[in-house]
Amino acid sequence: MAQEIPAVWVQGATCSGCVVSVLNGVSPDITHLLLQQLVPGKHVSLRFMPTVMAGTGEVAMRALDDASAESGYLLIVEGSVQVGADGAYCMTGEVDGHERSFASEVERLARKAMAVIALGTCASYGGIPAADPNPTGATSVGEFLADKKIAVPLINIPGCPPHPDRFTGVIASILMRGLPEADALDDIGRPKCFYPLIHENCERRPFFDAGKFAQKPGDDGCLYLVGCKGPVTYADCPIRKWNGGRNWPVENNSPCLGCTEPGFPDAMSPFYTKISDLDDLKLTF
Amino acid sequence: MTKIVLDPVSRIEGHLRIEVTVDDGVVKDARTAGTLFRGFEIILQGRDPRDASRMTQRVCGVCPIAHATASTLAVDDAYGVADAIPDNGRIIRNLILGSNYLQSHILHFYHLAAPDYVDVAAAAGYSGPDAGLTKVAGFIAGGELAPFLPRYEGDYRLTKEQNLAAVSHYVTALEMRRKAHEMLTIFGGRMPHEVAIMVGGVTCTPTDDKIAAFLGYLSDLRTFITDCYLPDVLMVAKAYSDYAEIGAGVSRLLTYGVFDQKPKTGPLGAQRFFTPGLIDTDLNKGAVDPAKITEAVKNSWFDDACAGSPVTSSTKPSPAKDGAYSWLKAPRYDGHPTEVGPLARVLSAYIDGKPEIKALVDATLSELGATPAALFSVLGRIAARAIEAKVIADAMVDWALALKPGEPCIVESAVPDEARGAGLSDAARGAVGHWLTVKDKKIANYQLVVPTTWNLGPRDDNDVPGPAEQALLGTKVKDLDNPFELGRIVRSFDPCLACSVHVVTPKGDEIARHIVT
Repeated sequence: MAQEIPAVWVQGATCSGCVVSVLNGVSPDITHLLLQQLVPGKHVSLRFMPTVMAGTGEVAMRALDDASAESGYLLIVEGSVQVGADGAYCMTGEVDGHERSFASEVERLARKAMAVIALGTCASYGGIPAADPNPTGATSVGEFLADKKIAVPLINIPGCPPHPDRFTGVIASILMRGLPEADALDDIGRPKCFYPLIHENCERRPFFDAGKFAQKPGDDGCLYLVGCKGPVTYADCPIRKWNGGRNWPVENNSPCLGCTEPGFPDAMSPFYTKISDLDDLKLTF
Repeated sequence: MTKIVLDPVSRIEGHLRIEVTVDDGVVKDARTAGTLFRGFEIILQGRDPRDASRMTQRVCGVCPIAHATASTLAVDDAYGVADAIPDNGRIIRNLILGSNYLQSHILHFYHLAAPDYVDVAAAAGYSGPDAGLTKVAGFIAGGELAPFLPRYEGDYRLTKEQNLAAVSHYVTALEMRRKAHEMLTIFGGRMPHEVAIMVGGVTCTPTDDKIAAFLGYLSDLRTFITDCYLPDVLMVAKAYSDYAEIGAGVSRLLTYGVFDQKPKTGPLGAQRFFTPGLIDTDLNKGAVDPAKITEAVKNSWFDDACAGSPVTSSTKPSPAKDGAYSWLKAPRYDGHPTEVGPLARVLSAYIDGKPEIKALVDATLSELGATPAALFSVLGRIAARAIEAKVIADAMVDWALALKPGEPCIVESAVPDEARGAGLSDAARGAVGHWLTVKDKKIANYQLVVPTTWNLGPRDDNDVPGPAEQALLGTKVKDLDNPFELGRIVRSFDPCLACSVHVVTPKGDEIARHIVT
């Protein structure tokens, strides 16, 4: 029998785009992740995941409590944690007439987790719910756990949405080799292998170097003048591409929005305005 | 009297709580409430109007294209280019939105709704040639049955053979919905959260290789819809025929229409593939007047001043308000609660006499021995989704073939100092409207009225319940420990909660008390 790796996936201030993106994985795909042994001999047992689970209401909440009765599960957090109004902006569910806030559930669940995966930019860095004026006090999972003084290994997998390969790749790596060494993550908690600088790998870099710039969205050429955030954004989109390798924003004549960065969206917008003068970029390559 | 609380309602998008009171086995009171608030309408203020189509997609990761579409129609309107979108741009927008419809409908039926009707456990011990069933059987043999168990038990009615077919298709449907997103990405750049649709048209360009790739995916999807999706819906409908008699709700339907077939010239398009309409149970169809759309807030945690037309309304919380129980406003058309969604579009086209819709609806009703009145039900909503999936997928072939490589896809535009714009369209799950005010070249006000607010919103100023609440009222619940009926009714609306909650500024800790009571 395969070794069962229990996992719990909770959703806070999210649009569910992260889980939809994970459904888009090609190899591994969602059946490899859920139905089969993602790594031979090891099966991820997803005990709680509101978007796909059969159980609803108390049946679902009982499954969550059963899964978290023992420590050592993998906790996947999608969405930012809203600490405004004592956590009342987001509820996970009701048990015995008591409604549990998402913030209180993350705090409870993280204490007994083997590791926490912050999936998507909202969970990793706050994302759109934390955008100015941050009406609900949305914060990243990392900041929330630090504030609660909960020490648990944390891996950020940002992206709005995150690429499915980044998620399944991290899970598979944990199953094969255990939690990542500290030097496998960059200084903001991302696995380095999935987050190289876009500008270094962009197929339109030769246009940038030659000064051939698109003047408006929809034009060919380097998209720097129409707002591309590739020079300051770390992600493997130009190499991995999206949806089975079909396309990615720059190939579609659309500027990179910088969605894997802590500054998304405020520091990356207006999206269609250039980030800074070339001289200010201080490019080191 | 028994109170049943379903919190969370799983297998939907977002955070939903439903609370019903059952007396003598019948639902006597029903309340639906969203339980997540983020604050998009506040966050959008002061931003570049073009950024709204990127930002509002993050309202919902299941139907982002509907928001990109409505937002961009509003910005097109405000920038004065709504009637100037090049044909390539208009068609590619339709192809991107159409792809998202197909993904959304397949996901809804197989992965969100079907677990209420199909018993996955039937695959236990399977040893035949079907690859999907072999995967499921191996999974069951492993003994860890999450996330498919636990669940409600006691009302799975399909035969073993029927269950096996449906479970096999559940696995195939995972691949099909993924392919629909890959198809979308050919022109959208990425999914979820595409990057092509923007004021004036689209950023991408059509080429013959892209059109061919698109048609390849579309061919696989059309085959699946015809050979699996439609027959499976009929199979479920026959085994659960009583669900054609429950869950009707308000039986008053609204669609803004969708898929512009000509450059848009008015708020509801010059000519849409599905036409706008207001439809009743006698299949009368009336014109849609956007000026009749209002939102009530008596039972919502908003200041009374937030009621009225979305053209000018605002979003101010009133968390201590007596009697309020929802963060959703209560949209009303001409003062009445109104249901939106695929059933509205399909009946609008049926009344128009659109041949491909009429043929499929009549064939479905004939197969089930039902009249059009039966469509106002749980099964009617599910069937309408499958029917329009086939009709849209077929039409997308013609749309793709109408693309002209080398011709323009976008027109130039400039931000006005001051303007207003409205973008009315239909998401997979129903009518969606974005209203925008521009001042000093920036967003001064932004309001969304979205499908799940229409369908899952609370009581209005006259305490008339919303459409989903009315659909629950009067329902017989056979087994209070396994209230299948409630989930089936609510899921037939394909709720999308992240879309529907109007978000507010925090006013302090009092909010917590009022949400949990």
